[in-house]
Amino acid sequence: MQTLPALPRRYHRSLATVALTGLLLLPAARAADPEVTLVIRGHKFEPTELKVPANQRIKLIVHNQDTTPEEFESKRMKSEKVVPAGAKVTIWLGPLKPGRYEFVGEYHEASAKGVVIAE
Amino acid sequence: MFATALIVFRESLEAALFVGIVAAATRGVAGRGRWLGLGVGAGIAGAVGLALAAERIAALADGLGQDMVNVAVLSIALLMLLWHCIWGARHGQEAARDARRLGSSVRQGQHAPVALAVACGLAVLREGAETVLFVIGMTGSDSAGGIAASLAGVLLGLSIGVAVGALIYFGLSRVPPQRLFGVTQALIVVLTAAIASQLARALAQAGLVQSGATPLWDSSAWLAPDSAPGALLHALAGYDAQPTALQLVFYVGTLLIIVAAQRHTSPQRATTAAA
Repeated sequence: MQTLPALPRRYHRSLATVALTGLLLLPAARAADPEVTLVIRGHKFEPTELKVPANQRIKLIVHNQDTTPEEFESKRMKSEKVVPAGAKVTIWLGPLKPGRYEFVGEYHEASAKGVVIAE
Repeated sequence: MFATALIVFRESLEAALFVGIVAAATRGVAGRGRWLGLGVGAGIAGAVGLALAAERIAALADGLGQDMVNVAVLSIALLMLLWHCIWGARHGQEAARDARRLGSSVRQGQHAPVALAVACGLAVLREGAETVLFVIGMTGSDSAGGIAASLAGVLLGLSIGVAVGALIYFGLSRVPPQRLFGVTQALIVVLTAAIASQLARALAQAGLVQSGATPLWDSSAWLAPDSAPGALLHALAGYDAQPTALQLVFYVGTLLIIVAAQRHTSPQRATTAAA
């Protein structure tokens, strides 16, 4: 196997340290994060357009009112999460740059579509 | 039916490739079949359990229950794979050297591939739970095509997934024994880095870190993540068209840690005339 270019060993350690302390220092959920709610009904999202502030982390609550599970998926927002029937789940999004971010319900892609608009 | 097959195939591909590679990497290891069978079986059982408890899990931790499970599963898988790459590999390396000298196939003796079996089980668990949940939902729904067509789709998707896993296994089995270890080992190292990158993403989705969703680059126009090569490269090497900084740090960091540790524990260093 080809090895990576030799880095001085001290870098290996500091890289791991940086990664670990990064994990510890980064803030967990803050109270100030804006919250938006999305409902799934009849394999459709309501509303289909969600306006959220840009450059801020968003707490998205998805409430699946159908009797079947759905998977919230957005390639652009790097989000993928199953929402069981009747469940209410939290999905962290962003911070997003201003723009449009499409999402779908993967299990019913034909009807379950929507877009997050960050501005 | 084909839409169903596609979803099931997509979910099963990653686990099937993972198990195929591990099976090839452990050829000739005593008790391999039993251990990997146990891992995969436990993974399937766990997936069914997880899917049945999905509604309850979803409600945990303020709606973040699944993400917490995901983070835990990925963390354990990562630890198992790191353990294998750093310690387990050393044993195999010696065995491979002997095999090269003797021209025989690799016999790794009594070294049971427990860490790899656990990692296989967790891969099946992760991908399987979503598949089971999808199937449960489908059979309970008023789907237009009817239940029979849906189940046919599930079986078709699953079969193609397993076939791809078998394909990589038999492909790797054609690699000459003296090179097999090196090749499979390199594949497992890359899979480990891919798991680390997925963990970074899972941590962000769980809200445990705030890594920002701003990708470092976007190569989806060049190699789309939902194209066949993109999906394959994602399953094999953790390809991400829009990686975040944290994902990259986890990916590269894992590679560096493994390379550094392997050098540190390399048998050449503690060289012996193993007969």
